[in-house]
Amino acid sequence: MTKYFHSVTLEKDKCRGCTNCIKHCPTEAIRVRNGKATIIKERCIDCGECIKVCPYHAKKAVTDSFELVQEYPYKIAIPAPSQYGQFGRDYSRDRILQGLLEIGFDWVLEVSKAAEIVTDATKQMLKSPELKKPVISSACPAVVRLVQVRFPTLIPNLVKIESPMELAARIAKNTAIRDKGIAKEDIGVFFISPCAAKVTSVKAPYEKKESSVNGVLSMKDIHIRLLEKMKNIPADIESPLVCSGYSGVGWARSGGESYALGNEQYLAVHGIHNVIKVLEEIVADRLEGVEFVEALSCTEGCLGGPLTVVNPFVARPNLKWEIKRAKETDFSRENSAKDYQDLLWTEDVEYKPILKLDNDMLKAMKKMQQLEAINEEMPGLDCGACGAPSCRALAEDIVRGLACETDCVFKLREKVSSLADQIKALVQNTKRRNE
Amino acid sequence: MNSLFRKEYEIPANDFSVAGEASSSVRKLLNQLGVDPPIVKRTSIAMYEAEINAVIHGNGGKALVQFFEDKVTILISDEGPGIEDIELAMQEGYSTAPDRIREMGFGAGMGLSNIKKNADEFVLESEPGKGTRVHITMYLL
Repeated sequence: MTKYFHSVTLEKDKCRGCTNCIKHCPTEAIRVRNGKATIIKERCIDCGECIKVCPYHAKKAVTDSFELVQEYPYKIAIPAPSQYGQFGRDYSRDRILQGLLEIGFDWVLEVSKAAEIVTDATKQMLKSPELKKPVISSACPAVVRLVQVRFPTLIPNLVKIESPMELAARIAKNTAIRDKGIAKEDIGVFFISPCAAKVTSVKAPYEKKESSVNGVLSMKDIHIRLLEKMKNIPADIESPLVCSGYSGVGWARSGGESYALGNEQYLAVHGIHNVIKVLEEIVADRLEGVEFVEALSCTEGCLGGPLTVVNPFVARPNLKWEIKRAKETDFSRENSAKDYQDLLWTEDVEYKPILKLDNDMLKAMKKMQQLEAINEEMPGLDCGACGAPSCRALAEDIVRGLACETDCVFKLREKVSSLADQIKALVQNTKRRNE
Repeated sequence: MNSLFRKEYEIPANDFSVAGEASSSVRKLLNQLGVDPPIVKRTSIAMYEAEINAVIHGNGGKALVQFFEDKVTILISDEGPGIEDIELAMQEGYSTAPDRIREMGFGAGMGLSNIKKNADEFVLESEPGKGTRVHITMYLL
């Protein structure tokens, strides 16, 4: 594994070097150099904003191929709750889960089931008096990584409980070993994902040494395959695979995790730029009366993930219908977390000071001084033509030695015009002397 | 000693939509300088409180932030009504904020004591009719 694995990658051939992605990136992680976008790996948090805005589809999320599933004798699918929002009312949760069997899986375990156990653990955790409030949900890996690079003082506020995906994978594996007697290495657990950051979470996890998930399939990639198989399944089928109640299913949308917690003092924010604003409020100690913050990188939560098929606003009523049909959540013994301590992360996230100008603070000060001076002289249009997202970002790149002032078209024009004046004066002087 | 560089910000009167922009911008600068996160946090809290005071009580004002090798000094000044009794104003829970401000969740009387709690050095200069000047110093090392 390389130091920085990222699911979000660029297909160079498709990139036209436009400025859409650099403008939307919440960590200023993209630059256009030599007519092509490049991602600064240390800065990328895999939120997938660039995938959503790229008009040429040059940004993509690397996921595993369906062929990988065939490598395992016993195949388990663990679909994210957002899967239930991808089809209309005729395609019930029962039908979708049966459909997953039809496309080649031996068993399906709903991640929404594990989400309910995580909810139970979070409830227990919230009772602990030494907890730093407000606690911030770690359900969204892009938000966790955002905190890591931009809001280090909020790291202690993160709910360091296993994600529903990891827990589902663990339960699925253990159940297959215990009930079916299958060898661990023969079991392949595949997460069906709406999210690029989740792929990164599996390939390079921050909360534990190794993920229990064997592969991640994109919701988009299996969509047609699943739809075709579902057509042969009766619309009113009842599936024994349905095991979670409505609160777990609700996790797919913004506010769902909070609703499941039943804590009135919550705040749910979605869309990465909105999330940043709320985190800034928390950092400045401005948020009062809030115990739990559910912050999701995508608009409308996971339903708006970059690997989903359906528009999140269309998916929401689909999901709502499923929530309405779902049973009460069963928090009986086998569905509870027993002790939340068992679900805590075994590794921790550390502050990644990627925005730092220099390791030596005095040098950083000097660089900042230069940066401010360069920025003063910039046109301040933030046009992006230089390849940096803003004039200030260009000034920062210049100070870091990664760009030069004439990368700015306005600066270049000034320079050319002053050169032209000089040439003109020179020509006139020579003429005069010759006369 | 001269500062290495300085930043100036306008603090508009009664405009809560931009209140906090100056302290938020300073927080970003400190992060870029590699200042220890807890110091950054204290700085942004202290500065935010002073900034919001200028918005609520001072008819807006100015922020001048100067960066030195080892410290940051923040001066928030306004030409508002000034403070009658500084000692009283410093007391936790004391506030002269009108109801319409309190309804927005501000004016709980914690601002000045919060600055005192978070700043390394804090000097308050004020006189009725002559505005208020809040000096905050934060040591970076």
